[in-house]
Amino acid sequence: MTTATLEQSERRKAWALVAPALLWTVAFFVIPFLYMAAMSLWSRQGRDILRVWNLDNYARFFSESALLRGLTNSLEITLTVTVLSVLLAYPLAWIIAERVPKRWQRMALILAILPFWTSYVVRSYSWLLLLSKGGVINQALLGIGLISEPLEIASNRTATVIGFVHFFVMLLTLTIYSNLIQLSPNYRRAAADLGANAFQTFWHVILPLTLPGVMTGAFLTFVLCIGDYITPQILGGNNELVLPQIIMLQIGRRADFPMAAALSIILMLAVTAAYVLCARWLKIERA
Amino acid sequence: MNRSHSRAASCRLFSSVAAFTLAALAAGQAAAADELNALVWCDHTDPALIEPFEKANDVKVNLKEYEGTGAGLSILEQSQPGDWDVMVVDAVDVHRVIDMGLLGEMPADALPTADLFPELRMEENNTKDGKTYAVTEKFGYNTISFDKTKVDPKDMEDLSVIWSDKYKGRIALYDYYLPMIGLVQLGLGKKTADLSDADMPAIEEKLSAMKTVSKQVSDVVSSQTALATGEVDILVGGGEWITASLAKDKPDLDWIVPKQGAMRWAQSIGVMKDSKKPDLALKFVQYILSPEGQARLATSSCYWGMPTNQKAGEHLADEQKKALRWDDQPAYLKNTQLYPIPTAELDQKMQDAWTNMMQQ
Repeated sequence: MTTATLEQSERRKAWALVAPALLWTVAFFVIPFLYMAAMSLWSRQGRDILRVWNLDNYARFFSESALLRGLTNSLEITLTVTVLSVLLAYPLAWIIAERVPKRWQRMALILAILPFWTSYVVRSYSWLLLLSKGGVINQALLGIGLISEPLEIASNRTATVIGFVHFFVMLLTLTIYSNLIQLSPNYRRAAADLGANAFQTFWHVILPLTLPGVMTGAFLTFVLCIGDYITPQILGGNNELVLPQIIMLQIGRRADFPMAAALSIILMLAVTAAYVLCARWLKIERA
Repeated sequence: MNRSHSRAASCRLFSSVAAFTLAALAAGQAAAADELNALVWCDHTDPALIEPFEKANDVKVNLKEYEGTGAGLSILEQSQPGDWDVMVVDAVDVHRVIDMGLLGEMPADALPTADLFPELRMEENNTKDGKTYAVTEKFGYNTISFDKTKVDPKDMEDLSVIWSDKYKGRIALYDYYLPMIGLVQLGLGKKTADLSDADMPAIEEKLSAMKTVSKQVSDVVSSQTALATGEVDILVGGGEWITASLAKDKPDLDWIVPKQGAMRWAQSIGVMKDSKKPDLALKFVQYILSPEGQARLATSSCYWGMPTNQKAGEHLADEQKKALRWDDQPAYLKNTQLYPIPTAELDQKMQDAWTNMMQQ
């Protein structure tokens, strides 16, 4: 068999392996996405959908402050959640990877991700009960005399952020932990030989090497958080709307799918921008 | 066949496959002789309501739950004609479904219309050109629910309490703009049937005041949770459908129809025009409208509400009738109004006003 024939055969095998995933992506992502993009250029006229391309929905989004506010709310909450989750997950992953004995690490990880095993909706309602005026947190703080009035931590942005951070710390712990345990101990030994103290070793060696794991987790957190409807709906008390809630509002009664599609495209653009920023940043670090 | 028809046909093919798969999954291991596909609200998914019909007719009823007329219509648009046999819809939106050519005519003499509360026959909503397309099956009120140990019940007799400062931070607003804007209209001393563009500025002003004094704007479950846990003491837009099922555990929860009146919600049921089993579908509607079916629907596990058939009272326990305020219905019916029925343009303005309120 010639080299060229061998290459062709390998290429066919590669395509055969990739084809199912590719077909799946085209059928369930590319085609629906293109359809949604086209629909975002239609408009609702009365009870009918006018299938003529125009930019009315996008113009409405940028001219109505309540809609624009949905995007800024989403971005503010998502960035807060992402930063807080990274700050909390890194030390946790570090402790599990570096301080917990090897034989207990698996158990520690299971305990860390245990809340994943419960339903997302149930978990959100549980947080609502915990954070409410008569909930465990307020009652405990009142009981030990730390506060005299219940804290307003339910049905607002604080509650939404708490619910999100609880969920995403688990996700980030996994991605960062998997990065940390892959690091050879020789890096630390080399840094120590060169006179670096523990902080310098972490800051100049460990942190840069674990950044791919951090950024992957942070990006996943950003994507999942900005598109989430359930947590803000249950914990936020509708005191401010995020973009997915505004999208649902378009569909619920009026079935304004063109406007909902336009808002979804805007949401996707925000995710794309986050990806571009993350990918670019990671590339610089690697260089 | 033109391009749009071809496109629509392709979409229908995909959705039919999906609908078939879902229906097959829903059917599970049951081996009933026949099947009926119903697009319903959550109260119809209670096995205590559906199973007696299934057993009596050797049929499997496949239920698809939806929220919001828009969402229901989009399911129908994505389905193939004949996929659905029965639909439950907001009574004020029946004409929207009729105008889309989706509901079929039902023989008026096959329905127990004479047994319904007169106010709930709602011919102007359920019929068109003298033909009956739907029948009202359940109703209730969007009004004020409250914890009577934490607020002064006398304050609840006036709708202006919903935008007053007295209970600031202790109020939840039910997250559905149609009845809520209707309540504001009543609070302003006007009829919901007269609501027009000209009323919107005054309504928006009051909505803004309501948001300022409220703690949250929430859906059914969150509203019920907030009231039950004491997170809020008042739920604007609530009613028996929020408090009746909690009556045993939370006897302090109460509701009232203020002096200016309240909103009356009503849901209708009809047979789909393209149903392949119109006789079975009609039989299902007749079962839901029967005194037994009505009693079960009224006390469904998802939410309670008044049955429209007056004879259902014979099948309800005294405790259940008490929770539903059976004996007070004549007074309530007299002092409540249906949701506003906006044009598409006014509907958008109302939704925008609601969105602005939540984002303020």
